[in-house]
Amino acid sequence: MRHMKLRYPLLLILVAILMAALAACGDDDGDAAASGGRLDTVKDRGNLIIAGRTDLAGFGFLDSSGKNVGFDIDLGRAVAAAIFGDPNAIEVRPISASERGPTIQSGEVDVLTRNVTWTSTRDSQWGNYTTIMFYDGQGFMVRADSGFESALDLDGVTACVTSGTTTELNLADFFRQNGLALETVVFEDTASVYGAYESGRCDVTTSDKSQLAAIRSGFASPGDHKILPETISKEPLTPVVPHGDDQWFDLVKTVMWVLINAEEMGVTQANVDSMVTSDNIAIRRMLGAEGEFGQADLGLDADFAVDVIKAVGNYGEIYDRYMGPNGISFELPRQSNELWLNGGLIYAPPLK
Amino acid sequence: MATTPEVLPPSTSVGIVGWLRANLFSTALNAAFTVVTGVLSVLMLVAIFRWVVFSADWSPVTESLKLFLVGQYPTEELWRVGAVVVGAAALMGVSWAVWGGVLRTFARIMAAGSLIVALSPLEPAGFDLAVRAWYLGGAASIVLGFALARAAALDPKWVMRAWVLGFFLGMALIWGFEETSLGESLRGFFGAGAALTVVLGVAGWVGRFPAGVVLRWLAWGWGALFLVTIVMFWGLGQTDIAPRVGTSRWGGLLLTFVLALVGIAASFPIGVLLALGRRSRLPVLKGFSITFIELVRGVPLVTLLFMTVIIVPLFLPRGTSFDLVLRALFAITLFSSAYMAENIRGGLAAVPLGQIEGAKALGLGGFQTMLFIVLPQALRAVIPAIVGQFISLFKDTTLVVIVGLLDVLGIGKALFLGNVRWFGAQAEVYLFIAAVFWVFTFAMAYASRKLEDTLGVGTR
Repeated sequence: MRHMKLRYPLLLILVAILMAALAACGDDDGDAAASGGRLDTVKDRGNLIIAGRTDLAGFGFLDSSGKNVGFDIDLGRAVAAAIFGDPNAIEVRPISASERGPTIQSGEVDVLTRNVTWTSTRDSQWGNYTTIMFYDGQGFMVRADSGFESALDLDGVTACVTSGTTTELNLADFFRQNGLALETVVFEDTASVYGAYESGRCDVTTSDKSQLAAIRSGFASPGDHKILPETISKEPLTPVVPHGDDQWFDLVKTVMWVLINAEEMGVTQANVDSMVTSDNIAIRRMLGAEGEFGQADLGLDADFAVDVIKAVGNYGEIYDRYMGPNGISFELPRQSNELWLNGGLIYAPPLK
Repeated sequence: MATTPEVLPPSTSVGIVGWLRANLFSTALNAAFTVVTGVLSVLMLVAIFRWVVFSADWSPVTESLKLFLVGQYPTEELWRVGAVVVGAAALMGVSWAVWGGVLRTFARIMAAGSLIVALSPLEPAGFDLAVRAWYLGGAASIVLGFALARAAALDPKWVMRAWVLGFFLGMALIWGFEETSLGESLRGFFGAGAALTVVLGVAGWVGRFPAGVVLRWLAWGWGALFLVTIVMFWGLGQTDIAPRVGTSRWGGLLLTFVLALVGIAASFPIGVLLALGRRSRLPVLKGFSITFIELVRGVPLVTLLFMTVIIVPLFLPRGTSFDLVLRALFAITLFSSAYMAENIRGGLAAVPLGQIEGAKALGLGGFQTMLFIVLPQALRAVIPAIVGQFISLFKDTTLVVIVGLLDVLGIGKALFLGNVRWFGAQAEVYLFIAAVFWVFTFAMAYASRKLEDTLGVGTR
C-alpha cells in the first residue's frame, strides 16, 4: 500500500501528459485561420467583433428589445453587411474609455467604432484610423434666457464639468486665452454634471456638442437651453482598425467611402435596387453593375455596396436615423457633418 | 371551595402598553428620542412612499424587464432559459420534500410568487400569455416535484447529484450547440481529460487521499466528460433546436447568476485546497498557497478584472480572442478563492488538536481524519464567514460593468445613459437594482442563519 501511495501521482502525471499529447495531435486545422489576414479570420468566425458602446445616446445604445443600435454601431453593421451581406452578423463588445487603446492594440476586436477622437498619438500607438465619419467639437450650453450669445460673453460664469477630462482642460485654456474669469464646479460623473446644470448650480456646462444636444433633449424643457455657436476643440470621430493588416484597413475605409458616396449620388435604402440600372455610370460602378473599383482586391463581392446600402442606408440616412429632425435619439443640425457639396466637411475619395 | 382570586399584573406592565413603556418610554430621555426618531421616520417613509408611487417614472424598468432578466439573449431562444428555470423549480420542489427546513420556506415563497406573477393584473411590455404560462409552469413544477418526491421517498444523495447534473445540463442548454467536427470533439475530450487528471491528481496528492478514492473520482470525471463529448458531438445535428448563443449575448440577471453561481461553485473547492495547502508541511505547496493567497488578496477585484480582460490579450497572439465572460469568471474565482481559503483556514485552526489525536487513536488515516473529522467541524465553524463571502461575491459581480459586460447593473446604466427617453431615471433604475440584490442577499443570509440553527453552531 505504501508504494501505491507514492506511485499514483506519477501514474496520473503520465496519463495527463499522454492525454495532452493526444489533444495536441488533433490540432491540425487550428493555425489555418491565424496565418491568413483578418478578413479570413472574420469570415471563419462568421461575425464581426465591434468595440462600441451601449450607453451613449445617438452613437451606441440599446433599443427596447436589447438590440445594439446607434450611429457608431451602424457603421460597424455596414462593414458586416459588406462581408456577409448580413448587418446582424456582429458582436458588440462594449468597452469603457480607458479600454479603447489596449482593446484595439491587442487586435481582439476587428473594428473600433466607439466615439473615438483621432489624434496623432493614438494613430501611432493604437491602430489605423480609417475615415472621419463625424466632426464633433467641444461647445457650451447655457439657459436660453441668460442673454449669452457667444462663448466670448461668458465672463465670470460658473461652469459645471467632469473632473480630469480633456473637456476640463479645454475649458480652462479657452477662458485663459480669452482673458475671461471662470469658476468651475467639478463632478465625478456626467449624470451629476447635467443634473447640477439643470438645477441651476452653474450658468454654463460644456462637453462635445453632440453630447450637449443629447443631454438637452433629455431635459424637462429642452427649449429653455441653447448651445452657443463656438466650437473650442476638434474631435474628429473615426472608426479604427488594428495595425498591421492593410487589406482590412482598406476594406473598412472603402465601406465608409461607399456610405458617403451613396449619399452624394442619391442612392438610398429605398431606391438602391432600381439604381442598379441607373444611367449614371458612377452609380452603376458603385453598385457592382459595371466595371469595378477594387472589390476583388479587398476580398469583397462586386455588388457588396448594394448589401451595405440596403442594410443601413447611406451616410445621411444613418445620421438622420438617430440625429435627424425625427431621429430616435435627439436632433442635431448636421453643420460640419453635411456633405462637402452642401458646405460641410464630409468628403470621400471617388469609387473608381 | 374558596377560590383565591388571581391578581393580574397592572395593565401598564404587560401587553403592548407594557412593552412600549419598557422599551421606548422608560426614561424621559428615551421618550424624547422615541418621539423625535418616530416623527422623522414617518416623515421619511411618507416622502419615499409618495416618490415611489406618485412621482417616480418606472417605465425604464417595466418596459425593459426582459433586458433586466436575460439581457440581449435572443427572444426566440428564451424558451431555453425558461426550461432551465422550470427544471430548477422542479428540483426545488423535490428538495423541499427531501430536506424541508429553509428549502420548504424558499420553495413555498417561489411557488406563491410565480403564481402571483402569472395571474397578476399588471401588464408590462411583452408580458403576454406565453410568459405567464412559463411562470405558471414554474409554480406547478415546484408542487409536482414535491408531490412526486414525497411519494417516491427519494434518497437525498440522488437529489444532490441531480442538482449537479442539472446545473451542467442547464448551462449547456443556455449556451447551446454549434457544429463541431469529430477532431475538435476529440481534442476537447482529451484536453479536458488531461486537465481533470492533473487537477484531481494534485488535489489527491495535497489532500493525501487514498489512491482508490482519487481513481473513483477520475472514473466519474472521465465518464462525465465522455457524456459531455457525446452530447456536444451529437449537437452537430442539433444546431436547429438549440443553436449556440455566445456569452456576449448573455446579460441581466442571467449573467449575474452565472457569474455568482460558477464563482461560488469553483471558489469553494479551490479555497479548501488552498487552505489545506497553506497548512501543509510540504514547503513548495505551502509557499505556493501563501504566495497565491497574499498576492490575490493584495489587489482589488477591479484590478484583477482589468488584468484578465485588458492586459492578458496583449500577451496573446494577435487576433485571438477568448470568451469575455470566461475571463471575468476567472478573475472572480481567483479573487474569491483566496478569501475563501483564509476563512476556511480559520475554521481549520479552530478544530481542537484533541479531535485529530482522537481520530488517530481510533485508527483513522490522514485522509479520513481530514475528510470526516476536521473539515466538517472546520466548515461548520465558519459558515457565517463563508456565506458572507458568497454574498459579497454576488454583489461584486456588478464590477464586471467596468469591463463592458451587461449584467443587471450594466443594463440599468445602458438604459438611463443611452436611451434619451430615460435620461435622468437613475434613481428608479438604481432603486430597482438595489431591491433585486437585496432580495437575493437577504435570502442567502436567511438560509445561512437557518443552516447554523440546524447545525447548532455556537450552541453545541
